[in-house]
Amino acid sequence: MSQDRPALHLDGIGLQIGGARILQGVTLEVARGEMVGVIGPNGAGKTTLFDVISGVTTPTSGRVLLAGEDVTSRRVHQRARTGLGRTFQTSSVFPGLDARENVRLAAQAKLGAATSLWRFPRRGDDATGVADRCIAEVGLDHHAGTAAGVLSHGDKRKLEIAMLLATEPELVLLDEPMAGVGSGDVAGLVEVIRRLHGSGRTVLMVEHHMEVLLGLVDRVAVMHHGELLAVGTPDAVMADPAVQSAYLGEPV
Amino acid sequence: MSTLLLLLITGVGLGALYFLVASGLSLIYGLMGVLNFAHGSFLTLAGFLGWEVGRRVGDGTWGGLLAGMLVGLVVGALVAAVTELVFIRRLYQRHIEQVLVTVGLGLATVALFEGIWGTDPIRIAKPAWLGGTTDVLGASVPNDRWLLIGAAAVVLGLIVLFLRATPYGLVIRAGVENRTMVTALGIDVRRAFTVVFAIGGAAAGLGGVLASVYYGQVSAHQGTSLLIYAFIVTVIGGLGSLAGAAVASVLVAVIQQLANFYLGGTGDLAVVLALAAVLLVRPRGLLGKAAAR
Repeated sequence: MSQDRPALHLDGIGLQIGGARILQGVTLEVARGEMVGVIGPNGAGKTTLFDVISGVTTPTSGRVLLAGEDVTSRRVHQRARTGLGRTFQTSSVFPGLDARENVRLAAQAKLGAATSLWRFPRRGDDATGVADRCIAEVGLDHHAGTAAGVLSHGDKRKLEIAMLLATEPELVLLDEPMAGVGSGDVAGLVEVIRRLHGSGRTVLMVEHHMEVLLGLVDRVAVMHHGELLAVGTPDAVMADPAVQSAYLGEPV
Repeated sequence: MSTLLLLLITGVGLGALYFLVASGLSLIYGLMGVLNFAHGSFLTLAGFLGWEVGRRVGDGTWGGLLAGMLVGLVVGALVAAVTELVFIRRLYQRHIEQVLVTVGLGLATVALFEGIWGTDPIRIAKPAWLGGTTDVLGASVPNDRWLLIGAAAVVLGLIVLFLRATPYGLVIRAGVENRTMVTALGIDVRRAFTVVFAIGGAAAGLGGVLASVYYGQVSAHQGTSLLIYAFIVTVIGGLGSLAGAAVASVLVAVIQQLANFYLGGTGDLAVVLALAAVLLVRPRGLLGKAAAR
């Protein structure tokens, strides 16, 4: 991937479903290593925008470029292989698999040559090694053998991030990582996100928990009715009267 | 006492046959949400081809039977994989069309089999030992039941080993739980679809050859009639659950045997009532997970 190209470039993204305009003229550049928060009222199109970036939804107009490369017509798993990782709004761990298996699956996706999928894994092989390292990195090593379905909400989110780490993504989309996480788990999760970003990754994050978001991100993008209302540093955006009236309803 | 024991062992033997058909159905539905009504045809074709090869290798000998079983496995796997690649893949997530295509395939292939091998069942020869009985605590158990139970146990063991201990098995188990997320991780889950179809087809193909041993004949309708019970087993066990299919196979077959003997041949009625009862009490089946996704 080239160094000078933005990690993500959305060029005039529009999406119409039936007669409804879901997204309109969304243009945004995210530099490598930057952390950008996406905020906006419910139904503003934040998650749909993530779907467009990751390839779940194809836009009706505009282009998606990852590190300068047009990926608009690529499928989800192809984009994932070019270094795009994503978590979902609802917890997306595999509840029946244990924590290590969840992460090993993600590591396999990154390493996975077709033939090696038939081999019986030995402890210490590539995928298992990566899995153990990523689980330790988010501090879940003591739960490695626990079925993901019985982990606490905060631990599930950490597990998702461990899975992301295993795919070694360059660009990470986090869809409401704090949703439903108990207050006791927030600090630990913020630390994990900081570490995720700290190693040079580009992060795009939808989050309603404003205190957490504003403390973490370099820039904030505000969405309203499918359009990008404002983009800027947290201070500048929060001071923008248009943002205050559209999103917050009242001055902060 | 010996009658009850005979009915139980015979029931487990019949259940083994149901399981060979139901395991594939359950895995295929669990991963892809496809109700494969053509599964019975995999079984019938494997039964016919297994018999054709087996009788040439050695009619009524162990060598012939083993050759037939091997042919059944290979034919079942190949036909299932081709069905997935040619028909199902184009109808990804279009469930009504999938049902129409597989039902159509099921009907058309049965007519084709009738055209080739005739409408009447063909009696087959089997190794002498399989025609005999073994005395178990006073019950004379037909020996072919042991073959069925053994084969189903091996198939169950191999599938479980594959799912539990190989990287591909991990992809499939994860895909059964959440297909979208597996794709988001960068895994092309469609390749797993073909693999699962092939595994299910291989089990059904083996089932086809063993069914002809069990019934002493091959016929164009063998697969269709077994498919009905296999679907009942799959629903009772919980769509998508291999363990559920194993438990329900034995349960259904034993209930069927007991009702047939003690309640004047009402086995089929008892099976349908059991299905209704399970659906009322546990709509997801005995070991099923969330039905909606």
